[in-house]
Amino acid sequence: MAKEKNKREKKAGQKLTLGAVILEPGSTRNYHTGAWRVYRPVLDNSKCVSCSNCWKVCPDAAIKRTPEGKFYIDYTYCKGCLLCLNECGVKAIVKEVEVK
Amino acid sequence: MKKVEESSIAVAIGAKLARVQVFPMYPITPSTHIQEQIAEYVNSGELEAELIDVESEHSALSAAVGAVAAGSRTFTATSSQGFALMFEVLPIASGMRLPIVMAVANRALSAPINIWNDHSDSVSARDQGWIQLYVESGQEALDTTIQAFKIAEDKNVLLPVMVNLDGFSLTHVFEEIDEPEQKEVDAFLPAYKPEHFLDVKNPKTFGPIAFPDSYMEFKKQQQDAMIKSLETIKKVNSEFAKKFGRPYGNGLIDTYKMADAKFAIIAMGTVCGTARVVVDELRKKGKKAGLIKLRCLRPFPTEDLLRATKGLKALGVIDRHVSLGFEGPLFADLKAVLNSNLKMAGFIAGLGGRDVSMKHLHKVFSEIEKAKPKGSWLL
Ligand code: SF4
Ligand code: SF4
Repeated sequence: MAKEKNKREKKAGQKLTLGAVILEPGSTRNYHTGAWRVYRPVLDNSKCVSCSNCWKVCPDAAIKRTPEGKFYIDYTYCKGCLLCLNECGVKAIVKEVEVK
Repeated sequence: MKKVEESSIAVAIGAKLARVQVFPMYPITPSTHIQEQIAEYVNSGELEAELIDVESEHSALSAAVGAVAAGSRTFTATSSQGFALMFEVLPIASGMRLPIVMAVANRALSAPINIWNDHSDSVSARDQGWIQLYVESGQEALDTTIQAFKIAEDKNVLLPVMVNLDGFSLTHVFEEIDEPEQKEVDAFLPAYKPEHFLDVKNPKTFGPIAFPDSYMEFKKQQQDAMIKSLETIKKVNSEFAKKFGRPYGNGLIDTYKMADAKFAIIAMGTVCGTARVVVDELRKKGKKAGLIKLRCLRPFPTEDLLRATKGLKALGVIDRHVSLGFEGPLFADLKAVLNSNLKMAGFIAGLGGRDVSMKHLHKVFSEIEKAKPKGSWLL
């Protein structure tokens, strides 16, 4: 049982605390939702007008900006929901089938 | 200090003496007097607590979850449909291991609408990881409210506790109660100091998702804590008895004339008072009758019940709730654990405030004396 528990804890990446309290702030960063993707949104900066709609709606905060202000997609966390594609008014985002 | 008080007020006194810090409330009959009295304590400054006037019972228990997660001792009360509306939050409170204490003024569930007493509200929720204690008198309601915090907050337990008292037939009954001194309650029940709580300076995540690879482990932790709490409930009962001079059996069950009993009734709540009188009458006639009062329905005190029923010939089980389509839940539980040589019959009684009279209980005793006793509805 103890061994099994250790194995589970290792797999879950953290200790199984009482009531599932997570003691480490920001631990969601260790959870790479990018692995879920079926469709990959691709952002074309030559079309983008920097309205930031996609940045606002992305449920995983996967739309980021370079220091120069260019929008880009962080594929470690982008789960491929395509909300950004739907919300982009100038069609600067297109979808591709994810190939792994 | 001795005084005559309504049992609802006794519960409020218990909560005040426990120095409850947060009290989310949404009054519903017959739990209303509990809430009114605590609100009065907060209003008069007798109790330094945050009263949260919420918009539903679902919100009341949700607020309690937040308050305990933030590290406050928290109490609330409800009944019947209000309890049903809280249902979604019940397993959240227990799964997050939050030691909330809630008084349930037990009342029937609709439909038909009925404001009177039975146990269908709380007993329906017996699988949701709350410790469920059932009390019989105003004094026991007061004392158990204090005990409940000590049980809930024990490091080996960390589970929410329901203190169940019969609506109207207990909540609205006046009795003499002995109000403990604040000093003594403080010594018995120290301030709540959780290891983990919501704190902006030291952020932690409460209530996250658990995937199939860990959900079962968390449930197993809860089950282990529930089983361990059997010992804690007993320990708290005997510590309380030592300090305040009032034992309630061993905390899990209480027995009356069981030492040499051959025929007994087992029940929860106020019916036990009536049953004692019936036992006395039967004893006068030379019959070896007895009573087991079940104080704790969850966790289920299997070992204590096995010991209490040793030497018994037959047991009549009173359920004030029915698992529709099957039978009384207490009857089903007992059949699962008690000696198969023990004759048993289940009786559905007192639904929707129907009196459970001495005549009913005499009927139960004469039935279980038969060679093949049969359970029935005590209409
Ligand atoms: S596809 Fe969804 S997750 Fe990925 S960047 Fe767009 S909005 Fe965010
Ligand atoms: S919504 Fe489209 S135009 Fe606006 S910032 Fe995103 S990609 Fe650029």
